[in-house]
Amino acid sequence: MTGPQTMGAAPKLELRGVKKRFAGKVVLDGVDIAVERGRSLVIIGGSGQGKSVTLKIAIGLMRPDAGKVFVDGRDVTRLGGAGQRQLATQFGMLFQGAALFDSLSVWENVAFRLLNADKVKRPEARDRAVAALGRVGLGPDVADLYPGELSGGMQKRVGLARAVAAEPAILFFDEPTTGLDPINADVINDLIVEQVKRLGCTAVSITHDMVSARKIGDEIAMLHNGRIVWRGPTAEIDSSGNAYVDQFIHGRATGPITGGV
Amino acid sequence: MNPVQAVGRSTLGMVRTAGAVALFAGRGVAAALSPPLFLGQLWRQLAQIGYFSLPVVGLTAVFTGAALALNIYTGGGRFNAEQIMPQIVALGITRELGPVLAALMLAGRVSAAIAAEIGAMRATEQIDALKTLSTDPFRYLVAPRLTAAVIVLPLLTVVADIIGIAGGWTVAVASLNFNGALYVKNTWDFLQSWDVVSGLLKAAVFGFIVALMGCYHGYNATGGARGVGRATTHAVVSAAILIFASDYLLTSVFSHK
Repeated sequence: MTGPQTMGAAPKLELRGVKKRFAGKVVLDGVDIAVERGRSLVIIGGSGQGKSVTLKIAIGLMRPDAGKVFVDGRDVTRLGGAGQRQLATQFGMLFQGAALFDSLSVWENVAFRLLNADKVKRPEARDRAVAALGRVGLGPDVADLYPGELSGGMQKRVGLARAVAAEPAILFFDEPTTGLDPINADVINDLIVEQVKRLGCTAVSITHDMVSARKIGDEIAMLHNGRIVWRGPTAEIDSSGNAYVDQFIHGRATGPITGGV
Repeated sequence: MNPVQAVGRSTLGMVRTAGAVALFAGRGVAAALSPPLFLGQLWRQLAQIGYFSLPVVGLTAVFTGAALALNIYTGGGRFNAEQIMPQIVALGITRELGPVLAALMLAGRVSAAIAAEIGAMRATEQIDALKTLSTDPFRYLVAPRLTAAVIVLPLLTVVADIIGIAGGWTVAVASLNFNGALYVKNTWDFLQSWDVVSGLLKAAVFGFIVALMGCYHGYNATGGARGVGRATTHAVVSAAILIFASDYLLTSVFSHK
């Protein structure tokens, strides 16, 4: 009932007036942000500014204290149980540490949703997992290894393959390049751009890596002190005229943002 | 701080924890009793919790049975009633020591392992990952462990009962000059099915406690590696305490029968 005027015009994902506090400390203080279908939004901001919390609320892993979350114009803020699981079939997420299940082999990780939620037969699930691994540049020989046997970069690729295996409508990326060397980071950035394009899906990423943000984002939004302080096309980030953005993208110690460590 | 305030605060904390555990248990039971069930996971837990606990439960039982036999023989001797030893050993093992010791070994072995595994999954966002892959962690992680422990601990208790009595038999025959065949016959004639069944009912409850404490503390672990360590300790300690407390309650209920 509170959705935007017409369903067709509804953003794919929208956060409206989202607030969250932990142990009395305000983390999100009214976040308003929407992503149009098929667009890639990158949320940048310093450590501890609420990026992760924003992402967790958007994907339904956490509930906001106030405000609402809409997917396709539908209020999904208070979904629980089966409704949330149903909604999650539209989502794919690449976690910061990849969050692979270490008791399962690589292909079982990639095919996890197929095997456990969609009840696809193992041989077919395996074939689809191997195909998904191929799309992130990993050969079939990796399929039977365990996550513990892979390097950090490879784990991220497997995480990406798992996120895209069931062809989601929205992909979420939590600090996709953190912990990777610049070359591997660039490989992951390329793979992300490629997969988002291939699926034609909507993407929401959070990062503090500006190289990554420029590469994977159509638009960039900056989160500071629990609010969105700037938002615009990636091309305009260098001429934003916003003191926070300028300080952040140039990595200056001095400016309006003070020691948020 | 005002002492009244301190008492009030810790009471509130206990009530809050009890409520949280009860809610968690309710969700776990609901997930265990309704589809979709993850039978592959259940199978794995049956092996993990049950089969691999056999050696430790067996060893505990054999030595306990042997020591019990010696003690009761000594005690019985004070009333010239040494010959009643086999019956008392059998009763003590089936009604009390079999289920309690098997449960305590499982609390050490399984509660800790469950808490560490689920806690590490929490710390590395694997539980969040489950949710984003449309899989309910209560169904995938908690339910199979609860079910497996409730099924397996009574079975382990049967094993502990048999091995425990065999431990007593060995001591009796080897060093106390009992007749082996007579020992077995006396034990068999004396034991009532309720002695064994009540022990197995206890075991099922203990199994639930062991898995529940592991899952609850692991699932709610916070703060990385230290949090996982804390969760493991809490799981073992709380499981052991709850086993003893519920043992008394169940025994007092059962003994009216």
